[in-house]
Amino acid sequence: MAAEVTIDMTKTFSGRAPIQAHLRYEIKASTVLILFGPSGSGKTTILRSVAGLEWPEEGRIQFLSRTWLDTKSGIRVSPQDRQIGYMPQDYALFPTYSVAGNIAYGLGALASEDRNKRVAEVVELFQLQGLEAAKPRELSGGQQQRVALARAVAPRPQLLLLDEPLSALDAPTRLQLRGELRSLLKQLALPSIIVTHDWSEALTLGDVMAVMGRGLVHQVGKPHEVFSRPANAEVARIVGVETVVQGEVIEQADGLSTVTVNGTKLKGLSSNAIGAPVYVCIRAEDVVVEPSGSGMTSARNHLLGRVTDIAPQGVMVQVTIDCGFLLTATITRGAVEDLCLVSGSSVIAAIKAGAVHLVPRSG
Amino acid sequence: MNWTAIWVTFKLASLTSGVLLVVGLPIAYWLTFSKWRWKFIVESVVALPLVLPPTVLGFYILVAIGPHSPVGRFYSDLVGHPLPFTFEGLLLASILYSLPFAVQPFAAAFEQVDRRLIEASWTLGVSKVATFFKLIVPLSMAGLVTGAVLSFAHTLGEFGVVLMVGGNIEGETRTVSIDIYDEVQALNYAGAAKTALLLLAVSYGVLLLVYAMNRKVWAVWPQK
Repeated sequence: MAAEVTIDMTKTFSGRAPIQAHLRYEIKASTVLILFGPSGSGKTTILRSVAGLEWPEEGRIQFLSRTWLDTKSGIRVSPQDRQIGYMPQDYALFPTYSVAGNIAYGLGALASEDRNKRVAEVVELFQLQGLEAAKPRELSGGQQQRVALARAVAPRPQLLLLDEPLSALDAPTRLQLRGELRSLLKQLALPSIIVTHDWSEALTLGDVMAVMGRGLVHQVGKPHEVFSRPANAEVARIVGVETVVQGEVIEQADGLSTVTVNGTKLKGLSSNAIGAPVYVCIRAEDVVVEPSGSGMTSARNHLLGRVTDIAPQGVMVQVTIDCGFLLTATITRGAVEDLCLVSGSSVIAAIKAGAVHLVPRSG
Repeated sequence: MNWTAIWVTFKLASLTSGVLLVVGLPIAYWLTFSKWRWKFIVESVVALPLVLPPTVLGFYILVAIGPHSPVGRFYSDLVGHPLPFTFEGLLLASILYSLPFAVQPFAAAFEQVDRRLIEASWTLGVSKVATFFKLIVPLSMAGLVTGAVLSFAHTLGEFGVVLMVGGNIEGETRTVSIDIYDEVQALNYAGAAKTALLLLAVSYGVLLLVYAMNRKVWAVWPQK
């Protein structure tokens, strides 16, 4: 039997659309599933159901060969018996315990020497040396996040569940910890499920991604594929980033990185090292379409390309431009008429460097 | 001063608090965490001694433990003497009478414990009972002390229930409050005043402890 996770459930909260998930994916040692969606889309409820903290009125949740929930045959495994590591959004560190006490909390089954050894190991792994005796309220946001993760990982769980692991942090810390979290998850070789509404987190951390909206799973696939090929307009609206392509950083100067995508050079803001593989992410509304041969603008990127598709979407029109890679732009109907755009038209796509998001990916 | 009455009173109050700490915790836990839709019925029963006249409560307890009730007969068959007008009978009555004074602060303290902490404990493999002792009790300490101290203080001052269930037997069921009443009846105001002052001092001291325990910040003005 393949190593699989099956989540098949219905959960209703009064006054809200029922949350329904039917998803199944294969896992390897460290497969990360991203539950992606806006707030209220039901992603946290699914995570909590996998943790055993929420009981769907109908469904089946299976992790590898173990059934955690099967309403038909009445199987209900308690959260205590699931061997999971769970980190809620606000970390829920135990205020009466020190950092070491929090980490040791789930290690009650170990003899005291083994427990101390494991705590020391985890403290080192999460770089919490010197903070063992501190109480949670004395820690910074980033430290609290690390302690919460350390506590979840210490009992060697089979599956790690993280609810918006980075959202409580300020932007610079979030960016730093995003990278750390990714390498940590790979290092732990532990399958995880991560809830997020941040597309850059989804791209950096995820191996599989399920897009949720209003209680339903709309699409499951590799993150960059879901972003660049949304299954329907609902998914496109939820993910909000129309162009996601693979590129490589080739130059860095004045805080700007130059990346190549299929031979096309683009400038974007990032601190990735030269040679680093990245996803180049561009939102369609950040792309300005100009007739070819127009003058200079403040935008750093002027890409010569050819229109391959023009698709009306309400009052706006989605124009796909082939400029070495497929770039999506959203412009008004009036603009299409003024520029006399037809399929095959030669245009220049202008994008400010700040609108070119470079998100690290594994090579 | 009637030291025997004082001794009986403090023994009664301490035992009542002690028993309520053991009996009250599971009741308060259940009242806080149960999702049973009819749980308000139990809540109301627990709160009943707050509003019921002590004589009414005492009357029902007396009837319930008397020789004509199954409970009373069982007890006298077992022990050899009936329960009313004994210290044990008085203790039982005190426990019921002070039940809300222990259970309500306990439940209020449990209510304050963040559910997410409890859930985090469960996912770390810690059972519900162990979570209660490792996490919920330390976080509710102020409420537990409050409940124990309030039930102690409440038992010190009880009068109606003692008269109904305990009677007025020297060294067995004569408590301080009844002793004061007896002194006044005998026009011995000086004796009554001394005992009353003692009770006042102890009650005030106990309340000082409760309010100090529940005070989170020791500042002149709320400061963060």
